[in-house]
Amino acid sequence: MELLHEIFVAPFILIGELPDLFVQTIWEGFVAGILYALIALGFVLIFKASGVFNFAQGIMVVFAALTLVGLHSLGIPAWIALFMTIGVMALLAIGIERVVLRPLVGQHDAILLMATIGLTLFLKGAGEFVFGGEPKPMITTELGLPTGVTDLEMFGGLVSLQHLDIAAVVIATIMVAALAIFFSKTRIGRALRAVADDHQAALSVGISLNQIWAIVWFAAGVVALVTGIMWGARSDVSFALEIIALKALAVLILGGFTSIPGAIVGGLIIGIGEKVFEVYWGGLFGGGVEAWFAYMLALIFLLFRPQGLFGEKIIERV
Amino acid sequence: MRLKSLVLGVAATAIAVTGTLVTAHAEELYVPSLSYRTGPFAGGGIPFANGFADYLNMLNERDGGIGGVKIKVEECETGYNAQKGVECYEATKGKGALVYNPLSTGITLQLIPKAPVDQIPVLSMGYGLSAAGVGKSFPYTFTYPTGYWSQMSSILKYIDANGGLKGKKIGFIYLDAGYGREPIPLLDKLAPKLGFEWVGFPVAGKDMQNQGSQWLNVRKERPDWMIMWGWGAMNATAVKEAAKIRFPLDRFIGNWWAGAHADLDPVGAAGKGYLAANFSGVGADYPALQDVKKLVVDAGKSQTAPDKVGDVLYNRGLFNAVIVAEAIKAAQEKTGKKMITGADMRDGLELFDLSEVRLKELGLGGFTGPVKGSCADHEGGGSVFIQQWDGSDWKRTTDLIAPMTDVVRPLLEEAAAKYTSDKPGWKGQECG
Repeated sequence: MELLHEIFVAPFILIGELPDLFVQTIWEGFVAGILYALIALGFVLIFKASGVFNFAQGIMVVFAALTLVGLHSLGIPAWIALFMTIGVMALLAIGIERVVLRPLVGQHDAILLMATIGLTLFLKGAGEFVFGGEPKPMITTELGLPTGVTDLEMFGGLVSLQHLDIAAVVIATIMVAALAIFFSKTRIGRALRAVADDHQAALSVGISLNQIWAIVWFAAGVVALVTGIMWGARSDVSFALEIIALKALAVLILGGFTSIPGAIVGGLIIGIGEKVFEVYWGGLFGGGVEAWFAYMLALIFLLFRPQGLFGEKIIERV
Repeated sequence: MRLKSLVLGVAATAIAVTGTLVTAHAEELYVPSLSYRTGPFAGGGIPFANGFADYLNMLNERDGGIGGVKIKVEECETGYNAQKGVECYEATKGKGALVYNPLSTGITLQLIPKAPVDQIPVLSMGYGLSAAGVGKSFPYTFTYPTGYWSQMSSILKYIDANGGLKGKKIGFIYLDAGYGREPIPLLDKLAPKLGFEWVGFPVAGKDMQNQGSQWLNVRKERPDWMIMWGWGAMNATAVKEAAKIRFPLDRFIGNWWAGAHADLDPVGAAGKGYLAANFSGVGADYPALQDVKKLVVDAGKSQTAPDKVGDVLYNRGLFNAVIVAEAIKAAQEKTGKKMITGADMRDGLELFDLSEVRLKELGLGGFTGPVKGSCADHEGGGSVFIQQWDGSDWKRTTDLIAPMTDVVRPLLEEAAAKYTSDKPGWKGQECG
């Protein structure tokens, strides 16, 4: 009886007693969800173009953020360092296409996945060799990102909105919109969708697979840089950031591996869901439910809707 | 014929060189360092490994080693991973290893049963299994200068002295791993005894930099004080999140692994007021550290940047090396041998006596409080002090706070008995 009360009654009493905490929880979940969506977006871009699950997306986040911070530490102004980092990510994309992907065209997806695992180890080693393993502060103020806080008096309490979180939401939204327009309205975007639908057919109408892959990896690199800046500003830039990318797996299972709207909706469901579940029902499990909530949700989706909310249903005819 | 001579010549040279190397190896005191310079916890692992190696290398440069024998420090990368730590142990134990310093509770827990079998002691300096401080039950494990339970009791004493403990709610945020969970049994026992309530906020390893939920829960629970058992990237994130929800940072106390420069440098002024326990001095204004700087760091024989000498975790690693060096010296004096074994080293650790006079002789006067071990006491009874982040550096704010030994020691003995009770072949020792 007490258990039923804890599940069905106590959380709602708490919401009624502390509505400001509930609003704060939703906001925190919304910001985390947008950031999860940003990581997931990097995976989606590459999966759409090549059918490869890019295991290296997490380390690309760390590598991009470390490059930015490392360049700035050499005395290069923040904005120039930012553009130089974008240049590094472009070179990385071209390099990956030339050295890793091109020799593996036509190989089984599992081999491409293994190649991205190899790439992860390479980037990890290269990052540690060049920048060292110590955590570094993100150059938040130097980049002009806001650091203040706005308090809203609400329901007899306070809801705090960190300006950095607001900036993260705005930047991520602009980024997602820009990518959506780029891939739906431009010639390259249409070519990408053609490649995603059928490699052979795309090649036969003169679309350069190599060029498309380099562009997509570059776009994923820029997404990784933005993700690294935002997560880095919330804590610091360290190799632990790579692990957060694992959350994107659950987001992708929810949203579908090929859908940009799916990445966003999946990110928000997991971001808000895990925060609300942790705060209001976490005590039933001794706390720490955030560690597994996303994966449990993903497991349920795998059972009932394996293609995700927006993914294409896989129909294989024999 | 010429070819045969050449082959024989090369073989003979190889044998001679190998022989020389073996001899050189035999003439060194071999101290493996299970370090981690890579991975999510490298921020703590790097300065610690540097301080550890630099002090022992300084002894080589300044004194020709210990008792006239040079020390060889060999690092093995564990990545703070228990499995890799055990692999490092297995790969190095046959080289004449004198002692293991795993810098990981997870690795320590794996090595504790191996230590008496291989007769190589484990020195888990201020980490690992708290109950291992009971020498009668754990002859080969040491937690000098003090253990987690004693530290927690010192922190609780600090809280008691700053507004009282009775009737207060203590929030405990911890890395959800063996290390972070270690003091929970003590909190369970002490809460009713000392009249406080505690609530836990576990942080999973992969969510170290994603603690929004935990701090929403802190806001919900409204604890009077927060205590943190964090490590690596978890620490900076927690302090930032605490500042974000406006938790008073002068009521937020990290343990000695959550109060380093590596933790607060990325936070900067936003972390002003945050407190942490510590047992090793901060800064380089000690003669021993000046020797390290002159003979090792400035001489280009270190991986440390000169401005990092004196940082909290650098000094912690250096202190670990001091304990190792003092125990080697004690073992040499006891046995009369220059080259000692792991078993001799164990005896040396039991003879460990770092008095204030000895600290001064070592050029470390005031660096830490006195620590003395014995057959029964493998913890050393060390005290902690509290330091506070002023926005750019750590400042010591209290005298040494002794642990509640009268309360903690019986609980340690109870925990030690429980640990060994289901291990039929476990060998303790008799202490007079």
